[in-house]
Amino acid sequence: MNGAQALIRSLEKEGVELVFGYPGGVMLPVYDALFDSKKINHVLTRHEQGAAHAADGYARATGKVGVCMATSGPGATNLVTGIATANMDSVPLVAITGQVGTHVIGTDAFQEADTTGITLPVVKHNYLVKDPSDIPQVVQEAFLIASTGRPGAVVIDMPVDMSRADIDFKYPEKKTSLPGYKPTTAGHARQIKVAARMIMASRQPVIYAGGGVTTSGAAKELKELALLLDFPVTTTLLGKGVFPETHRLSLGMLGMHGTSYANYVMMKTDLIIAVGARFDDRITGRLDTFAPDAKVIHIDIDPAEIGKNVPADVPIVGDAKTVLRELLGNLAPRIKESGPPDIKAWQQQIKKWKKEYPLTVPEGGLRPQYVVSEIYRLTKGKAVVVTDVGQHQMWSAQFYKTVRPRQFISSGGLGTMGFGLPASIGVKLGVPGERVINIAGDGSLQMNSQELATAVLNNLDITIALINNGYLGMVRQWQELFYDKRYSHTHLRRGESPDFVKLAEAYGARGMRVTEADQVEPALKEAFKIKAGPVLIDFIVEQEENVFPMVAPGASLDDMIGG
Amino acid sequence: MKHTLSVLVENKPGVLARVAGLFARRGFNIDSLAVGVTERPEISRMTVVVDVEEHSLEQVYKQLNKLVNVIKVVDLPDENSVQRELVLVKVKAEAKTRAEIIEIVEIFRGKIVDVGKGSLSMEVTGPSSKLSAFEDLLKPYGVVELVRTGNIALPRG
Repeated sequence: MNGAQALIRSLEKEGVELVFGYPGGVMLPVYDALFDSKKINHVLTRHEQGAAHAADGYARATGKVGVCMATSGPGATNLVTGIATANMDSVPLVAITGQVGTHVIGTDAFQEADTTGITLPVVKHNYLVKDPSDIPQVVQEAFLIASTGRPGAVVIDMPVDMSRADIDFKYPEKKTSLPGYKPTTAGHARQIKVAARMIMASRQPVIYAGGGVTTSGAAKELKELALLLDFPVTTTLLGKGVFPETHRLSLGMLGMHGTSYANYVMMKTDLIIAVGARFDDRITGRLDTFAPDAKVIHIDIDPAEIGKNVPADVPIVGDAKTVLRELLGNLAPRIKESGPPDIKAWQQQIKKWKKEYPLTVPEGGLRPQYVVSEIYRLTKGKAVVVTDVGQHQMWSAQFYKTVRPRQFISSGGLGTMGFGLPASIGVKLGVPGERVINIAGDGSLQMNSQELATAVLNNLDITIALINNGYLGMVRQWQELFYDKRYSHTHLRRGESPDFVKLAEAYGARGMRVTEADQVEPALKEAFKIKAGPVLIDFIVEQEENVFPMVAPGASLDDMIGG
Repeated sequence: MKHTLSVLVENKPGVLARVAGLFARRGFNIDSLAVGVTERPEISRMTVVVDVEEHSLEQVYKQLNKLVNVIKVVDLPDENSVQRELVLVKVKAEAKTRAEIIEIVEIFRGKIVDVGKGSLSMEVTGPSSKLSAFEDLLKPYGVVELVRTGNIALPRG
């Protein structure tokens, strides 16, 4: 067996069923071996970046490790944005790249790039294979590292001579740790006790949950905790769905474009229970005024996140599910004895805020918020929503209420425009039974629109709801608010150009255009009926709509524009 | 404040780049970094002197621990560790200054390692502060070239 065959066999051993990729010179042996695999399907994207985002979307939708591959040099560098996107959002991803032969590495050979060097700052770990007999072990370690602890991206760089070399294939025994890699999963018992006591003493508490709850599969435990204590819950963008946003205890999303009431709660709370969230700058606003009276219990599997931005009074390193179970076990007898903490006044206050500052769809014209809320209504809140990055992403987060983890898929940390369409492809292939809606922006869609070909050729019925305002909307909004309406290079449209309906049709997809509010419902209904391939609906919305509320960059979290 | 970290890493290609890259990326300043194999050939020890505040030190420590090839990180406070550095210096030495220089080297328990026509080369080991004092004393004679290894350290006891 040669190294390439060993690689494919190893992927099979790891249970890989689907890879996204793009072949090239030094990957020929790998693609040749892939041709014989009966277990692994390969989806050919139209750009390597598309392959990385598709694998990422697949991983986010299924919880499995996403796998993508590309050739050396430009193939590998094209993957980089996708790798960084996945790693920043703690998504398990294994990227396999071809590399020039070991004897010419470092000579600026044709299509050579230092892939391990380039990806080093944006991966959890990476490998350059230098001995073909290492291949099975490298693959096994890559999957272990990508999928455990705080998940992330792992790159395997395969020189072409390693792929061609003969090896004796033997897959190593399953491991759970490596000499320098032993993730902590159970919480510290004493810290749990301290946390429980702090919870019982709180009068104005809030649960702040992030993507770690999804990763850990802890949504059930989180809900149990919230209901046991009757505590309000706010989530991050990546945490959307870990607690049902339709529930009376939900405050929706917090942060820069979060709900006003979630932000007020954060500023007035006396106890933040942070679960699998990392106090990102888009969440906290100005750090030195953030949550001035709050004690902080911080539960995270990554010790480096605890105390990084906001000091933790009770740091608990561990897997969210395990820690929440332990915490529930510790709280139950306390509550039995003395009842849950009395937070009635706090609940009244929250009720008031919710009534006073609701999220509302503005009237008149075709409003993007209206489009999103119609999508929500007509899908009965059950679709998997995949977004790009920008205003439409925030409107989607605000107006598409999610009820379960993995229902809202979006590039959070890196904020990668062009993520949505290729990620939707991965999502649809990962959960084919679900209705998948890509809510896109006209700026973002144009960054990876070539993947329409992939969606069409694979007959994927994805609805692309294009929120088309002819602008790089979020940047335009900042220019309007902070740069005196000087719209420097944010205008994307002239007359009918680009015509997204024609673009869709050119690829063999169905295209529709909606310009009036009363066309939204019939168009969506029609689109949902079409099962053969993608449908793009070009919603020509109000051009200068803004996302509110908004915490200006560097402002305090309760200092909201339009809040 | 300066901190000496002893970092045990797997002796594999690219590990130095991972550690150095981490420091650069996260904006931590390295004063010195010395690497060598340990009693176990598959493991290397890096002794890193960083100049950071307490809060950042915790981040350095945690981020280092996240690197897959890093096995262990220990903070070595001066009082609980033995710290040594070696300096090689080439100094201008004329007939009339030669004896004085040799005397300084002896006081510092150093060694003359090379004698040139107009110069002397010497080595001195010790804690970094001792080496700096030695360097200062030699400056008036004219230091031609100088190299320091960077601190290495082991815990006491």
